[in-house]
Amino acid sequence: MLIDFNSDKAIYIQLAEGLEDAILAGAFPEETKIPSTTEISVSYKINPATALKGVNLLVNDQIVYKKRGVGMFVSEGAVEKIMEKRKISFVETYIKNLLKEAAKLGIPKSEIIAMIERS
Amino acid sequence: MAFIDIRNLTKKFGATTALCKINLRLEKNKIYGLLGRNGAGKTTLLNIMTNKLIPTEGEVLIEGQCVKENDAVLSRIYCMNEKKLYPESLTVNEVFYWSQKFYSSFDQAYAAELSQLFGLKTRKKISELSTGYSSVFKIIVALASNAEIILLDEPILGLDANHRDLFYKELLKNYSINPRTIVISTHLIEEVSDIIEEVIIISKGKTLLFDTVENLLSQGYTVSGSSTAVENYIAGKNVLGVDSLGGLKSAYILDQLNRAELPEGLEISKLDLQKLFVHLTNSKEVV
Repeated sequence: MLIDFNSDKAIYIQLAEGLEDAILAGAFPEETKIPSTTEISVSYKINPATALKGVNLLVNDQIVYKKRGVGMFVSEGAVEKIMEKRKISFVETYIKNLLKEAAKLGIPKSEIIAMIERS
Repeated sequence: MAFIDIRNLTKKFGATTALCKINLRLEKNKIYGLLGRNGAGKTTLLNIMTNKLIPTEGEVLIEGQCVKENDAVLSRIYCMNEKKLYPESLTVNEVFYWSQKFYSSFDQAYAAELSQLFGLKTRKKISELSTGYSSVFKIIVALASNAEIILLDEPILGLDANHRDLFYKELLKNYSINPRTIVISTHLIEEVSDIIEEVIIISKGKTLLFDTVENLLSQGYTVSGSSTAVENYIAGKNVLGVDSLGGLKSAYILDQLNRAELPEGLEISKLDLQKLFVHLTNSKEVV
């Protein structure tokens, strides 16, 4: 998991996305423990409040849950939830930009579809 | 009631005003960065907070109690000083021993553990420590003090990259496990910008800025690209400063970013705390 400290994207958001990516990649399977905010804070040298804010984004989306006195665990069905969420943003972040760039270059939709099929 | 309440603090040394009407309210269990150029008054402020200096006017209260000549309150604050204040002839081990007499919660086992991590030879005399190890030694006493409030005045003076890295990690581990109020005074802003939660900038004895790092950084951004593109883009905007490198330019802007109006070919990155600091403290007028 990499955090780009120069990015204009807030660190806690990068952290939440990084953890989601790790869950998608199977690094933290469902019902297993994710690193504690102390571990995250120490290894990335960030304020624990920032680490907590990132993890809380995942708690709010019910991707992880807290076991009192034990730590944070990946929820059952977390992978599916992340995929659903990412599919929605896929249109916003990738498809719309693709169409915008294509319009600039004068590429018609039929040609884009042909390109996708070829690659 | 604020945890640490700094009220209308003024300190004059003869004709020089080191601090002028400083008002700060610090919350419990947060990490604050105290930033300021040389001679801004950082050390004076920390020294008044620990009763090493008596203010000309104003007071510092910890949970409503004034720190002045108040041992009960002062034992809750540990201040790591930039200067060497320990008896030179004592060994590191002896200082650990005596620290426990002054700070009842001083953790000798933790001090020994940290000494091993940092490679500090505890049989050495204070006078035999190099600049770097002198800082390491003071950092260890500060962390092991277990005081509720830890003030660190230029803690990383003379530390090499490995020791700095280790210091930040141990500080965060310590804070994360036992939350406490920490104030770090430093010049190396970039290194602490992700560690501190709130930033206090003082300039010429006055508070220039006091805000959360997150708020501060969200107020601006950096835009980079070809000189002409950047110049066109920044016209009419609140520009903090510009850096040029050949045909390339980076501009630091204090404004909300509107991505829709961002032309092609320009790149956006976050506002750099160091740049903001340099700009704010360079201006002749105190805002």
